[in-house]
Amino acid sequence: MRQSDVATLLADHCFTAGLSAQHLDRVARHAWIERIPAGTVLFTEGAPAERVYLLVTGRVALELHVPGRGAQLVDTVDECDTVGWSWVLPPYRWFFDARAVTDLVAVVVDAPALRGEADADPAFGYALLQRVTAVMLHRLRAARVRLVDLYGVPS
Amino acid sequence: MTVTSVPPADAGAFTLREFRVVRRHQDTRDTATLALEPLDGQRLTFEAGQFTMLYAFGVGEVPISISGDPTRSGPLLHTIRDVGGVTHALTGARRGDVLGVRGPYGTSWDVQAGRGGDIVLVAGGIGLAPLRPALLQVLARRGDYGRVVLLYGCRTPDDVLFARELEHWRGRFDLDVDVTVDYGPPQWRGKVGLVDSLIPRAGFDPAHTLALVCGPEVMMRTVAAALVHRGVRRDRVRVSMERAMDCGVGLCGHCQLRELFVCVDGPVFGYDRVERLLWLREV
Repeated sequence: MRQSDVATLLADHCFTAGLSAQHLDRVARHAWIERIPAGTVLFTEGAPAERVYLLVTGRVALELHVPGRGAQLVDTVDECDTVGWSWVLPPYRWFFDARAVTDLVAVVVDAPALRGEADADPAFGYALLQRVTAVMLHRLRAARVRLVDLYGVPS
Repeated sequence: MTVTSVPPADAGAFTLREFRVVRRHQDTRDTATLALEPLDGQRLTFEAGQFTMLYAFGVGEVPISISGDPTRSGPLLHTIRDVGGVTHALTGARRGDVLGVRGPYGTSWDVQAGRGGDIVLVAGGIGLAPLRPALLQVLARRGDYGRVVLLYGCRTPDDVLFARELEHWRGRFDLDVDVTVDYGPPQWRGKVGLVDSLIPRAGFDPAHTLALVCGPEVMMRTVAAALVHRGVRRDRVRVSMERAMDCGVGLCGHCQLRELFVCVDGPVFGYDRVERLLWLREV
């Protein structure tokens, strides 16, 4: 894959679409494309959060390992979604396991380098945080609505 | 047994007709579909989205949406979730049992208004049952419509309604079906998440779309908002409201929502008409 392919995918990806050309370049210089086979564990709970996965195609399961119960499926992430935000804030460690349910194509970004770019350019950092916050808000709302158990038996 | 007490079908809105259960299918752990045939032989015609008042003799009466195909003759289908005394009696009905039926009542999805454009159906939980007739009506005249998309969310994979039919629909080349669940077991390979999360990436042209939404009100609020955010006009989004109904004909007022009676003005409303009502805590 050429670097121009990375730039093209980033320009179209839901997470990075709308960034200025200059800011897209800040992401692209630390990004590469990976093809990941189904079943691959992208990361595990507690491991350093050093990569950002922008899914182009495929599905990732976020799981929590519970002793005696095994891997519990918490959420899924699909194409045009972003896997993980633990790379944004200390302690920079993943809270869940991530496993490829299907074959994946992802733009993978070096997270420490991305944080470095954000520190160097606050405008870029703000644009980046707006996008991360949107992902967090979406997932937080979904988690809270699921807590209500909308489809459960009415009391 | 000869039944002589059944009045003609057009005897009035309060007329209770007797129907016999000719088939019962357990859809999920708590949901069953009953196929009913009229004892008087006069089939009940209906429009997609309408409901009837179903009476379990000696127990009570509840409004239940019709889940059958409005374009074909055949037994009257109701898909019922066991959530209370009356629905428990109804879902427990056996082949040969007789139930009371009033109606059909209420407004329809009016899917014909979507001809020439795309149709998006968004269902949550048992809300797929009232949308099934609309989808079947669209599929019966598939060439009249553009893209047809069904987005369905439910609690767990075991709660997926009409699972075999969904698989069949999913296999069609002219219908996009996407399913998500709130809770998935470890072996689940499908999606986990809210049904409104499927809307941004669903394949339809918002400027030329008629959207039909049915599910819990919280779900309908967020789905309708997501559809409008995507660019669907408010008056092209329809929601099916549910309120406690007793009479079904706009007399008792139990289902009143401000100036509207859900049983006669609805249950299907344009989102432009009920948006602010959907956000009211109590009316």
